[in-house]
Amino acid sequence: MRRLLPNVQVRAGLTIVALFVAVALFGPSLVSQSPTTQNLSEDLQPPRAAHPFGQDKLGRDVLSRVVYGARVSLLVGVTVAGISACIGLAVGAFAGYAGGWTDELIMRVIDVLLAFPGILLAIALSAVLGPSLRNVLLALCVIGWTGYARLVRAEVQAWRTREFVSAAVVLGATPRRIVRLHIVPHLLTPLLVQATFGMAGAIVAEASLSFLGLGVQPPTPSWGAMVNEGRSFLLVAPHVALFPGLAIILTVFALHFLGDGLRDLLDVHAVEPLSSRRRALPLEVASPGA
Amino acid sequence: MIPYIARRLVLAVPTVLGVATLVFLLIHLVPGDPVDVMLGETARAVDKLRLRHQLGLDRPLPVQYGRYLSHLARADLGRSLHSGRPVRRMIVARYPATLELAGAALLLAVLIAVPLGLAAAARPNSGLDAACRGLAVLGTAMPNFYLGPMLILLFAIELEWAPVSGRGGLAHVVLPALTLGMGMAAILTRMLRAALLDRLHDEYIRAARAKGAGEQRVLLKHALRNAVLPVITILGLQTGALLAGTIITETIFAWPGLGRLTLLAIQTRDYPLVQGCVLVIALSYVLINLITDVLYGVIDPRLRVRA
Repeated sequence: MRRLLPNVQVRAGLTIVALFVAVALFGPSLVSQSPTTQNLSEDLQPPRAAHPFGQDKLGRDVLSRVVYGARVSLLVGVTVAGISACIGLAVGAFAGYAGGWTDELIMRVIDVLLAFPGILLAIALSAVLGPSLRNVLLALCVIGWTGYARLVRAEVQAWRTREFVSAAVVLGATPRRIVRLHIVPHLLTPLLVQATFGMAGAIVAEASLSFLGLGVQPPTPSWGAMVNEGRSFLLVAPHVALFPGLAIILTVFALHFLGDGLRDLLDVHAVEPLSSRRRALPLEVASPGA
Repeated sequence: MIPYIARRLVLAVPTVLGVATLVFLLIHLVPGDPVDVMLGETARAVDKLRLRHQLGLDRPLPVQYGRYLSHLARADLGRSLHSGRPVRRMIVARYPATLELAGAALLLAVLIAVPLGLAAAARPNSGLDAACRGLAVLGTAMPNFYLGPMLILLFAIELEWAPVSGRGGLAHVVLPALTLGMGMAAILTRMLRAALLDRLHDEYIRAARAKGAGEQRVLLKHALRNAVLPVITILGLQTGALLAGTIITETIFAWPGLGRLTLLAIQTRDYPLVQGCVLVIALSYVLINLITDVLYGVIDPRLRVRA
C-alpha cells in the first residue's frame, strides 16, 4: 500500500472509488428523501436547497435516486468482477496447466463466446431471461469470465516453464498443488488490474441494459434507467439525465484511472502467446462491455 | 498468402458453428414455455399449438437443431411473429443503414484518433499529451447512451446545427456517428500513442535520426508505419463492437437500422427476429475479425510464415 499511494494516478482513482463505495454503503442513511416517494405536484423541478439534484417526472428526489443507484452499480461491479475473476481463474488455470485437447476445447468455447460483441450477448441473454437485476448479473458473468480465463491461461503457460515449478514437479507435488501454491500467487496482480477494468465494464454494461429497459426494473433506481427517463425532458429538465450520467462517468473514469495507475506501477503485462498478436491487447480493451 | 487465408477460413468454421448453436439455444433459455411468453398465457390453445409447430418446438431438440442448421445453410432465418415477413428480408432492408452508421463512426474515430495519438506521442508527458490522454480516458468513460442525448441537447436543440433524429443526408449521420465512434476514438488514441512511443525507442528510429531525418519524418514515415499493427487489431475488434453499439445509438437517434430492429424485436418478444438479428451481428463480427486477421498477414509477412 505504501508503494501504491505516492502514485498520483492511483491516489486520485482510489479516492474517487472510495468515495463511490462510501456513497453506496452509507449514502442512503444520509439522504433524507426516499428514492421512490413520488410528489407529482413537484415534477421536473430544478435543483434547489431542498433537492440539490432536482426532481424527476414523478417528483422523486434525483439525489437520493443517484445515491441508491450507486448501490446497484457497486453490487453489479463487485459481483460481476468477483465471480468472473474466480471462474476465469479456475478455467484458465485448468486449461493452461492441462494443455492438450482440454486446453483446445476450452479455448474454442471461449472463442465462440468472444465471437459475440460483449454487450450483444448480454442484451440477448437479458432479453430471453427477462429483465431483472439477477439476470443482468448472470448475463454479465456469462460473458465476463472469458477475458480473465484467457489472461490466466497465458500466464499459467508462461509460469509453468519456470525452474521452481519444475522443482516442485520433481519433489512430487500434484498439479493442483503446483497451480494453487506456486502459480496462482503470481497471477493475483494482473487479475486485480483486470478486475478494476472489469468493474468499470460491468457498471457501464448494467447501465446500458437498464437504459434499454432490460436491466434493473422500476421503481428501483439505476443510473442507466435514470438517464433514459431523463432523455425525454432534456429541454425542460436536463438535470434528470445529467446527474446520473455524471455519476457513471466519474465512477468509470476513476476505475480506469486506478487500473491504468496500478498497471503502470505494478508493471503488469498480459503474457500472451506470440503466435496470436491479435490477442496481445491492453487489459481494458479485453474487459467486457468497456 | 492463399494458404494463410485458407487456414484462417478453416479456423473460422467452428466459431461460426458455435455462434449459430448459441443463437439456436437462446430460445430454449426462455424461462417456462417460450410460446406462452411470446403469445401470453391467455392465448388460445390452437394458436399456441400452431406457433409451437411453426417454430418446430414440438420436435425433439436434436431434430430442431438439425432443421435450424439446414434452414441456416439456405439463409432461411424464419418469419417474424408479428409482421409475418421473412426475417432475412427484414434484416437485409435494415442492414445498409447500420453499415452506413458504423462506417461513418469508424471514419470519425480514425480522424479523431490519428492526430491526437500523433500529437500525444510527439511530445510525451507534455501538457498536450496530458490533454490527449485525459480526452481519451473521458471518451472511454462516457457511455454512448449518455453522450448521445448530450450531443442532441447541445448541437441539435441549443445550436440547431444538426437534426435531432432520423436518417437522411450527411447532417443526419454526424451526431449518431460521433456518439458511436467516440469510445473507439478514445481507445485508438491511447493505443496509437502507446504503440508510437514503443516504436520510437527502436534502433531503426535512432538510425533514421542519425541519418538526419527530421522528427516529423521519423514519426510519420518510420514510427507510424510500424505502430499500425496493434492499432489495426483494435480497429478490427472495435468495428465489430460498433455493430453491437448500434442497438443503443440507433435507439437514441431513431436511426432505422438493424440495432433498432433488434430492440424492437426484444420488446415485442419476437424471438425468431431476435435470433436473426443477434446471429447477423455476431457473424458480421466474426467476418470483420477474419478480415483483420487477413490484413495482418498482408501487413506483416512474418505472421504468414508462422501460420
